[in-house]
Amino acid sequence: MVRSRRKSKAVPRARRGAARELRARIADLRARRDGTLPVRDAIAIIDDVLAAGRRISARGRKLRSEIRRLSEFIHAVRSDIVAVWTDEVKKEFIPTATDELDAIIEATAEATNAIMDAVEAIEKAGDGLTGEPAAKLSEGTTKVYEACGFQDITGQRITKVIKALKEIEHRVDAMVAAFGEEIGAPSAKAATPAPAKTKDGEGTKPVTDEDLLNGPQLKSTAKTQAEIDALLFGT
Amino acid sequence: MAVDKNMKVLIVDDYQTMLRILRNLLKQLEFNNVTDASDGTKALEALRKEPYGLIISDWNMVPMTGIQLLREVRADPKLKHIPFIMITAESKSENVITAKEAGVSNYIVKPFNAETLKAKLVSVLGEF
Repeated sequence: MVRSRRKSKAVPRARRGAARELRARIADLRARRDGTLPVRDAIAIIDDVLAAGRRISARGRKLRSEIRRLSEFIHAVRSDIVAVWTDEVKKEFIPTATDELDAIIEATAEATNAIMDAVEAIEKAGDGLTGEPAAKLSEGTTKVYEACGFQDITGQRITKVIKALKEIEHRVDAMVAAFGEEIGAPSAKAATPAPAKTKDGEGTKPVTDEDLLNGPQLKSTAKTQAEIDALLFGT
Repeated sequence: MAVDKNMKVLIVDDYQTMLRILRNLLKQLEFNNVTDASDGTKALEALRKEPYGLIISDWNMVPMTGIQLLREVRADPKLKHIPFIMITAESKSENVITAKEAGVSNYIVKPFNAETLKAKLVSVLGEF
């Protein structure tokens, strides 16, 4: 009984020692790698610490095997990302896509201005009209002006897509860089934390001006004018 | 009191087409004294040069957004009385609440129609 009690106390102490060493070595590695922790190096440290321990419990062995499997999985994902994230995608596809989207904004702006030029000319030509013809002309031109608002909305939506593409590029760059230099990662910028999100109307964090720049919402989620009036005036 | 349709109206938007649409819709409502600015900074410059009777502004602009412009206007003793209508595609509750807290006079969500614009002008300026 006594021997068994001693044994059961000795094992946790050894584990605590291993855990301390593991934490210290990982912290040291992080400090030397500017806060990043290459998976391969982390596994080497874990192996080293576990091998140095005289007693490796069944849980320890299981943990090591799980970490190995996780490592293999990460290596596989890394290879997939590197295979897809070629220079062609980075230097050609994404810039081309954003250029094309910019061109759409420009083309729709030009078309909208051409439509408005024409409508303004029609309005001018109808200056002398009175009564019903004048009212009909005014009604028609108003509808055209209202419809021209599409350019503003589509422009904002396309700008959102361009921003999303750039964010994807930025994040994949950061991910590739985090996998280590051995894959020839480009000089990726450090990953930036995702912007603070607050649920519509029930934010728990303080809402910053930045959080409020979302552009047009989809029809299914956008507030109607009546809902906005209710929020403003409680009507 | 009758609305003075000759009052100076400042419209603020970074989309030239939207400025043109607003100008034309206001013209149809007989507001012909309209000036435009492409963001909040330029709007403030204009507002500090001459007196305006109404500001109609977009939200999402750089370098100064519509909400920043609204706060600047409300913080300036010479400008704070000017009615301010926000016309924007930003339709989330937190946007509306933030604008309300900043002292917006009314809020129009894009896309909008001439009827809504007129209704909001009436609500801010009175019948015309």
